[in-house]
Amino acid sequence: MSRCLVLAEVIDGALAAVTAEAVGAAVALGDEVVLAVAAADPDALVAAASFTGVTEIVTVAVGGSDRDHDLAKQIAAAVIADVAPDVVVAPFTIRSTSFGPALAHSLDLALVADAVALQRDEDGALTAIRSIYAGRVHAEVTFPTDRPVLALVRPSVWVPADVGSPVASRSLAVDVEPSKVRALDLVRPSGDVDLTRADVIFSIGRGVGSQENIAAFADVAERLGVALAASRPVVDAGWLPAVHQVGQTGVTVKPRLYVAFGISGALHHLAGMQNSKTILAVNTDGDAPIFGYADLGAVADVHEVVEQLQSLI
Amino acid sequence: MKVAVCVKQALEVSRYLEFTADGTRVDPAFVTTMVNEADLSAVEEALALVESAGDGEVVLFSAGEDGADEALRVALALGPQRAVRVWADGLALDDARTVGAALAQAIAAEAPDLVLCGVQSADTGQQSTGPVIAAAWGVPWVPVAHGLSLSGSTLTLHRDFEAGVTETVEVHLPAVVTIQVGANVPRYGTFKDKMRAKKADIPVVEPVGLPAPRMVVTRLTAAPGGSGRSLEMIKGGPADVAARIIALVREAN
Repeated sequence: MSRCLVLAEVIDGALAAVTAEAVGAAVALGDEVVLAVAAADPDALVAAASFTGVTEIVTVAVGGSDRDHDLAKQIAAAVIADVAPDVVVAPFTIRSTSFGPALAHSLDLALVADAVALQRDEDGALTAIRSIYAGRVHAEVTFPTDRPVLALVRPSVWVPADVGSPVASRSLAVDVEPSKVRALDLVRPSGDVDLTRADVIFSIGRGVGSQENIAAFADVAERLGVALAASRPVVDAGWLPAVHQVGQTGVTVKPRLYVAFGISGALHHLAGMQNSKTILAVNTDGDAPIFGYADLGAVADVHEVVEQLQSLI
Repeated sequence: MKVAVCVKQALEVSRYLEFTADGTRVDPAFVTTMVNEADLSAVEEALALVESAGDGEVVLFSAGEDGADEALRVALALGPQRAVRVWADGLALDDARTVGAALAQAIAAEAPDLVLCGVQSADTGQQSTGPVIAAAWGVPWVPVAHGLSLSGSTLTLHRDFEAGVTETVEVHLPAVVTIQVGANVPRYGTFKDKMRAKKADIPVVEPVGLPAPRMVVTRLTAAPGGSGRSLEMIKGGPADVAARIIALVREAN
């Protein structure tokens, strides 16, 4: 039986929800699963990390920030040396991609990032599937050498593991060198917009053309009582504050209805909205990747559609 | 100062597509190419840094076959001084580790002060090349960054996390930084730069001693609808689309 190590994601000292999904991916492989939790006070997280299927929790007390990828890489290397896994699983998030590929180089691990499936073939060898080219192609990948595999798994794909009865834990002391990256200042989004609670979201993208054009969408959203969101280019251009941004570096939303106006469907946007219950996309480009993720689509001018919306309400 | 920037010729595939006979590539007839968007922002960031430093050069790198020259020429037209293509027969471009290690070899030979990459490629999106280059070259790195400013050999920059969290960090050069999508608006090159880019001599550097790829693509399959949802196109004009949206909103609210 092979051994799978899951690297827990810790955000602001708490266990992030994606950790349960990474454990779910590891348990589904049928391996012995060891979960590593590195935090300022990791013992406080053991109860929340006692997922069904985990055989042991290894805790590492860390003196620095959970955003520091230089420290995270050193800690992961020490845990891997201690546990000697065949497969290492971590979520495909900014924290993990910040150190994972560098770790793979330093420890000579095979690397697959943003995997959407992991399985064992009839000989027990690991294979993975990546979703590429705007989701239009699935690539099956294999690992031809006997080096351990680091698999970064896409969030919201695996069923999260449930927390069960307490799992035995042990602590591992890790000496780290000071980080080469110095943190100076942290800014969190402010504002009273909470997109995560909205039942319906109207989201606007580069296709709205200019800041002046946003007024009509904001008007319709307000009159219908739905939340207004945006893709990254709209926020980068300064047309809407960052608190409205849906995507990998914005908010992740799962409303009952997500209407995308003039959004092409870049990877980082899809990461934030693809689990919405119903997705409706309006775009002038019928070949836009967003249509591959939508239940309903219309190839139409968003300005004409919003004018019609204004006249219908 | 010398800034190296890595660029990639990203692929876009059409909705209907076919694969090559061995099943590991999309048939080129169904592919269009473009320079990866985040990489052009990396080029812009590099040019701005060199301008504010007062002197220096920007050198472009791309790993790939002849087609990578196209990406290098598009990026050269923005103003970088030189471009280098990294290639050896059979270089495993699917394996981010191989690509990162190959680029790191060519980059180390140039000894730049700073290496910039786009945060991820729009086609296969592994977010891995930059951190692998840093590890292979043995320098610190900062991913998903924007707003770079340099004072002596200290680089100050912002890095993004999920949920809109941004951290300001500093790092000493040499270092590798991956540039966030939309970090800036890449300039249009001058007519002179465009002409120069067309005629530029692009040397090929051959990486040596790379280990066998640790990850290989064995088979591609079409995935109609990225998410497995079945798409219904709304019939009619803008008024019909608007009416359908309102009906759905009333249902969901």
